[in-house]
Amino acid sequence: MSRRYFDLKSRPVDADQKRLGRRTVLKGATALAGVAVGSGAITGFPTIWAQNIKSVTLRQFGTGVSAYNDIAVKAKQDLGFTVELSALDSDAVVQRAVTQPKSYDVVDAEYWMLPKVVPSGNLQPMDTKKIKLFDKIVPIFTKGELGGGKKIATQGTAPIKVSYVTGKDSKTFSKTPTQWFNLVPTIYNADTLGIRPDLVSEPITQWKQLLDPKYKGKASILNISSIGIMDAAMVCESLGEIKYGDKGNMTKAELDKTMKVLTDAKKSGQFRAFWKTFDESINLMASGEVVIQSMWSPAVAAVRAKGIPCTYVPLKEGYRAWAGGLGLSRALSGLALDAAYEYVNWYLAGWAGGFLNRQGYYSAVLDTAKQNMSADEWGFWMEGKAAQGDIKDPFGKVMEKAGSKRDGGSFEERMGAVACWNAVMDENRYMVQKWNEFVAA
Amino acid sequence: MVRAWLQAAPLALVVAAFLVVPIATLAVVSVWDYTEYDLIPDFVLTNYADVFGSWVTYATYASTVRFAALTWLVTLAIGFWIAYFLAFHVRSKTWQMVLFLVCTIPFLTSNVIRSISWIPVLGRNGLVNSALLHLRVIDQPLEFLLFSDFSTVLSYVHLYALFMVVPIFNTMMRIDRALIEAAVDAGASGWQVVRDVVIPLSKPGIAIGSIFVVTLVMGDFSTVRLMSGGQSASVGLMISNQLAYLQYPAAAANAMVLLAVVLAIVAGMMRVVDIRKEL
Repeated sequence: MSRRYFDLKSRPVDADQKRLGRRTVLKGATALAGVAVGSGAITGFPTIWAQNIKSVTLRQFGTGVSAYNDIAVKAKQDLGFTVELSALDSDAVVQRAVTQPKSYDVVDAEYWMLPKVVPSGNLQPMDTKKIKLFDKIVPIFTKGELGGGKKIATQGTAPIKVSYVTGKDSKTFSKTPTQWFNLVPTIYNADTLGIRPDLVSEPITQWKQLLDPKYKGKASILNISSIGIMDAAMVCESLGEIKYGDKGNMTKAELDKTMKVLTDAKKSGQFRAFWKTFDESINLMASGEVVIQSMWSPAVAAVRAKGIPCTYVPLKEGYRAWAGGLGLSRALSGLALDAAYEYVNWYLAGWAGGFLNRQGYYSAVLDTAKQNMSADEWGFWMEGKAAQGDIKDPFGKVMEKAGSKRDGGSFEERMGAVACWNAVMDENRYMVQKWNEFVAA
Repeated sequence: MVRAWLQAAPLALVVAAFLVVPIATLAVVSVWDYTEYDLIPDFVLTNYADVFGSWVTYATYASTVRFAALTWLVTLAIGFWIAYFLAFHVRSKTWQMVLFLVCTIPFLTSNVIRSISWIPVLGRNGLVNSALLHLRVIDQPLEFLLFSDFSTVLSYVHLYALFMVVPIFNTMMRIDRALIEAAVDAGASGWQVVRDVVIPLSKPGIAIGSIFVVTLVMGDFSTVRLMSGGQSASVGLMISNQLAYLQYPAAAANAMVLLAVVLAIVAGMMRVVDIRKEL
């Protein structure tokens, strides 16, 4: 009963989608190919294959950060089949991934959701052998390192902790690489504090400055508990108030202490407002209501695009990182499954990577993304070099003027300074309760 | 007899379908159990225990009731005098209607837009602060103007003052002018006329307006979030958060409690003023 209650988009059997079993398709195709070869038309097999796959529609849903219609349109052009995108907020993505595996084919999830989703068995791990560019995927996801043997922080739900399962039908994460991979990364990045350099006179170098009384009534923090709590942890650690065992998996006592620091700050009037949506964070900053707050990289770019100075400051304690990727529904099989693999392979092939990189995100396979960016764009976004000409986003809007440099520098500098990842903790329910108390306080 | 039943049937059906059934559903779901992703039909009282056992509930109700009381006081003061002016000082019927329509103009835009439009006015670099700074009345921008209790109540008053004006104006228009003449002839001063004639005879309008304003503020969740910058809680916001985490039974239990509280407040008002008798 309750399952159906949440089933927003359940469909009966996809009669119209012609989800033929793989074997039927192959049999038919082979027979036809035989005829085709016999008649001298050697291209017969791929044509028929392509005709079949065109009837496939992949239903993808996710958090919306990477749900660009441009990607769906380009995929349709290149692959022939349709990808339907829909966007939900993070909590709703988790619920749906867990409760309605038949309502989607591809999920664009964040890595921190996996400890909730994978144990439900509703995700089908991908065969790494079918992912053509698997070896080229940034090793953060495949080996748990930055590349060149450099390690990356593992506090919180670091991707490597949840990237692999032990077998095709397994629900257990594997600490070491296997052939079965949960999510093929789409975008990821490193978050930090955004400031208004024209209204903040001193250099901002540490997380604890968010709670500096100088910015009383001019600071903000996000009111999304699983991300806000990590920012709060970075602040508390920087203040020296708390030493965490693992910030990404706090104990009840650690949660209590962290929330006390935040609550005290709130009561003393440190915060001007809390923000919940991307747009709110832009407006708070652009209007000057807030001069220092936790922000997302594209929001900083949006403030700057209004001609208002805004800096995404690299901090001594490092960044809070996040990552999202594509996963396959357990219900996917046959032709649709093949189409999904083709889609994932297409995603890694470069066009999508270039498209996402040019907005300040990082994409999964950097080599192919590079081929889809100009040398200047690559230098600016990935290498931390000064822009030669104006840097435009994929829609042609100028994001950065010539001569500017990306805050925080190159890919290696930024991702190398990651301190923790967005996380779902074992004490999640307690955390949500504490967070609500903080808002009511 | 049958005819009377038939005549009452359409309304009874509408009320049953759109009021009785939803509230009954709410009541049923409020005793269900739930996990992070599932509703479990059951009979448990844990949801109510959570509501009554947490200090957050009391703090939230206190803050919501405070907002409702403040908004009620201000809208009553404003609403009464606007209605009084319209009813007794504007002599021409045409002007009465014109001015009355002017009062409704803010209602041509949505609630949310009317709230958001305060932000550029009240902000640190907003209209009010820049005007006062230029006039040298202040040398620091006033911080309390936005994202505060002040801005929340201001926005409520802006949104709901009309709900006070309309019923009070309506009852005032029914007051027999001969009564006021008689009072003046008997030697009553202007103030005595207002206190002893107009206010008592306007009571039903005041009561109806109060019910509107109080119930609207008690159930609000968008205005308080926007105008307090997400820093104040309200009962409505608490319920909407629970819905976001798919804690439907908890939200239903909270909604039942809110319903009971609001009904109690309304019942209290009805005790003070018998609307039906005096209307």
